[in-house]
Amino acid sequence: MNRRALSFIIPVMAVIIALVVASVIIILIGEGSFFERLGFLGRAYYELIRGAFGSSGAWINTFIRMTPLILTGLAVGFGFRAGVFNIGAEGQMAMGALAATVFAVNASFLPVFLAIPLSMLVGMLTGAVWAGIAGFLKAKTGAHEVITTIMLNWIAYNITNWAVTAPFSSGVGVPKSPEIATSTKLPALATAQANVLSVGLFVAISAALVIYVLLEKTSRGYEVKAVGFNPYSAEYGGISVSKNIILTMAISGALAGLAGTLESIGLYHRFYGTLSAGKGFDGISIALIGQNHPFGIIFASLLISGLRTGSNQMQFVGVPKHIVTIIQAVIIFLVAADRIVRTILRIRTSKGGSPV
Amino acid sequence: MVEAPVNPNHLAIDMAGIVKQFPKVLANDHVDLRVQKGEIHAIVGENGAGKSTLMNILYGLYKPDDGTIRVNGALCDFQSPNDAIHKGIGMVHQHFMLVPPLTVTENIVLGMEPLKKLKVFDFQKAKKLVKEISQKYNLFVDPTVKIEDIPVGAQQRVEILKTLYRGADILILDEPTAVLTPQETEKLFEVLRLLQSNGKTIIFITHKLNEVMAISNQVSVMRQGKVTANIPTSQTNPRELAKYMVGREVLLRVSKKARDPGKEVMKVENLRVLDNRKLEAVKNLSFSVCAGEIVGIAGVAGNGQTELVEAIAGLRKPQSGKIWLQGSDIAGLNPKEIRELGLSHIPEDRLKHALIKPFPVFYNMLLGRHDQSPFAKHGFLQHKSIHNMANRLVEAFDVRPKSIDILGGNLSGGNQQKAIVAREIDMNPTIMLVAQPTRGLDIGAIEYIHKTLLEMRNSDVGMLLVSMELEEVFSLSDRILVIYEGTIMGEVRPEETNFEEVGYMMAGNPASEVLTGPS
Repeated sequence: MNRRALSFIIPVMAVIIALVVASVIIILIGEGSFFERLGFLGRAYYELIRGAFGSSGAWINTFIRMTPLILTGLAVGFGFRAGVFNIGAEGQMAMGALAATVFAVNASFLPVFLAIPLSMLVGMLTGAVWAGIAGFLKAKTGAHEVITTIMLNWIAYNITNWAVTAPFSSGVGVPKSPEIATSTKLPALATAQANVLSVGLFVAISAALVIYVLLEKTSRGYEVKAVGFNPYSAEYGGISVSKNIILTMAISGALAGLAGTLESIGLYHRFYGTLSAGKGFDGISIALIGQNHPFGIIFASLLISGLRTGSNQMQFVGVPKHIVTIIQAVIIFLVAADRIVRTILRIRTSKGGSPV
Repeated sequence: MVEAPVNPNHLAIDMAGIVKQFPKVLANDHVDLRVQKGEIHAIVGENGAGKSTLMNILYGLYKPDDGTIRVNGALCDFQSPNDAIHKGIGMVHQHFMLVPPLTVTENIVLGMEPLKKLKVFDFQKAKKLVKEISQKYNLFVDPTVKIEDIPVGAQQRVEILKTLYRGADILILDEPTAVLTPQETEKLFEVLRLLQSNGKTIIFITHKLNEVMAISNQVSVMRQGKVTANIPTSQTNPRELAKYMVGREVLLRVSKKARDPGKEVMKVENLRVLDNRKLEAVKNLSFSVCAGEIVGIAGVAGNGQTELVEAIAGLRKPQSGKIWLQGSDIAGLNPKEIRELGLSHIPEDRLKHALIKPFPVFYNMLLGRHDQSPFAKHGFLQHKSIHNMANRLVEAFDVRPKSIDILGGNLSGGNQQKAIVAREIDMNPTIMLVAQPTRGLDIGAIEYIHKTLLEMRNSDVGMLLVSMELEEVFSLSDRILVIYEGTIMGEVRPEETNFEEVGYMMAGNPASEVLTGPS
């Protein structure tokens, strides 16, 4: 069994096992005879799938959730490939979204073909700078990025909340910014009731393609991966470790910043204090399930957003939506501890049992 | 197969027809091993010949697929190392099995602690027991210091004491000298001789032939899972043993023709370099290297060689001084700038510095040239020319298996080094920085690397060679500089000196006191 096949099989097996675990729980919380409970299980999964993919409206809702998750997943996954653990996608997303919104609110003088790209650019640059701080600290002082990005998350949380309650607030109720200029709103692809799917989905998928090409086809990607695998050898080979760490963090932050920007200019058309809402942290799970591969991350995002969208529908037959959280947790557990799946499959990799 | 007559009544170990099959490798193919009581029995063979597998079977770590084991005449079926220990077998592994934060005493008695009332550990009694055996066998260690605070040689003595404390009569030592300096090796040999005179039987695994000749009474040679020879040491010589190991004639010492060096390619002037503790490791060093010349640096490990090499390669900033390469001072430049001036580097720790284990071979061969034509154009990697280059190097340098897709970490040590040498030579250097090029390699690979390095010299590449192996320095170098505590004690030509003189200089005696002039 080669590595490529294994990195595909492990997440798939993890999903299957997670569904089995969830089935047991659903059967246990069901009522009546065993067969009645089996029927209950069948209905629960049927509604889950129907709620996620069963209608155009379901697909639209799933895609809306999926858009930011692809980007935060890429942000974390790209960092992992280069040996940095960016836990700060949440803060980078919020800062990127805020900056892009401030720009977009004041960009009514610009034509659409400039307003939209420039808004994205502002969001990405802000995310890049925000993450770049952690990259700079790691490269120059050795401060661990897990610590610094978590601290930067809190700073970002407080800055963005202050911004939408005081200088940049609008209306009453939930802290929010004014609405952005019409010229900066992303074109809609499809609508389902009040929910609008924008072309942001394509932006996110394109970002995955760009990251794939960057990692696999360019000298820069070679450097980034070399630094991630073995910084000593990279330095020996003439690759600047500190430059690549800062650059990796900046690219990672730009992706997270873009995630926030698309939420603002594509979905809400303004900045909310709760805009990031844990989607930055979801990026960690998505990157894990997607095995840090750009295409894997797209599928992982589809899976997780599908589960979440479908879980609302599943509630109507009496299964709490939290079952989806359990499924997600089991998947992550099995992917992180991939040895468990390997043992179940009895896969002997080239690592095991050296005969010498 | 060469076989010596044995008296079955005097056998400590009698392994017969041992077979062990691993998923892809037949590690032991009907192996017979007979070890007489009270002898030092060397087992030699290249990496992967099946030595360690055989010893792990004897120690109860693996179960053989076929064959029998007799210890002191009694048939044994070991289920675990505990069974082997009960039969008086002790093993000192290549990688020590010690608990660094515990004391020497605690490590030795671990698992068999003397107890006071209420099952409380009796440290004083344990200390006394440890002192007794360490005096009996001349294995001096301070029983109260922590393992993490003592040098490797002392840790090894602790490992030996551990087996003796458990009552071992038959000691297996798996490549015990791989981690030792020449002085520590000599001390170990004294200990082994003393153990032998106390009636212990010793099985000594190595792939260094001079050690076999120095310490053993009997030697078994393994190749590709089979025993190819079993002869008394006094009736053989390194040349013959090498032939049994590799299966063909091997040059133990490459021959080189004297040649006139060309123009100066590197000059080091008044170089000072600090080590990691900010102490001066290289003290005001000056020397030069010419084209077509190998300058060897001889010295005991830790006398500034590492810092010197790192400073030249740009991996460590020199404190002061100049390093001239192609007419420009490279002191303080980064590795990329230095490489572009024609320096290539085979570093001493290949796994840490020269290889990216999760990268396939073709990516490892790209390291350092990943942004250069023809391997990259406009920032994009040209996989076709990269693959062509890697295939060409794998073929030319006989890297096995002949696959460029295998991960660097999955190659054997010898093939990793071949891949690194191939890459560094393919950069068309004017000067090569070569540190410990054959550490841990078997003799087939050593011969190959030595031949390749001499070919480079003969094609006018200048070379600075740093090695802890005197044999290597002598056989490759045109000039030898002896380093001690960061200063050069003297310069000699290998054909005008001997190991003894250089050894004295390595111990800190300047050339003026050592060299007796031409004799």
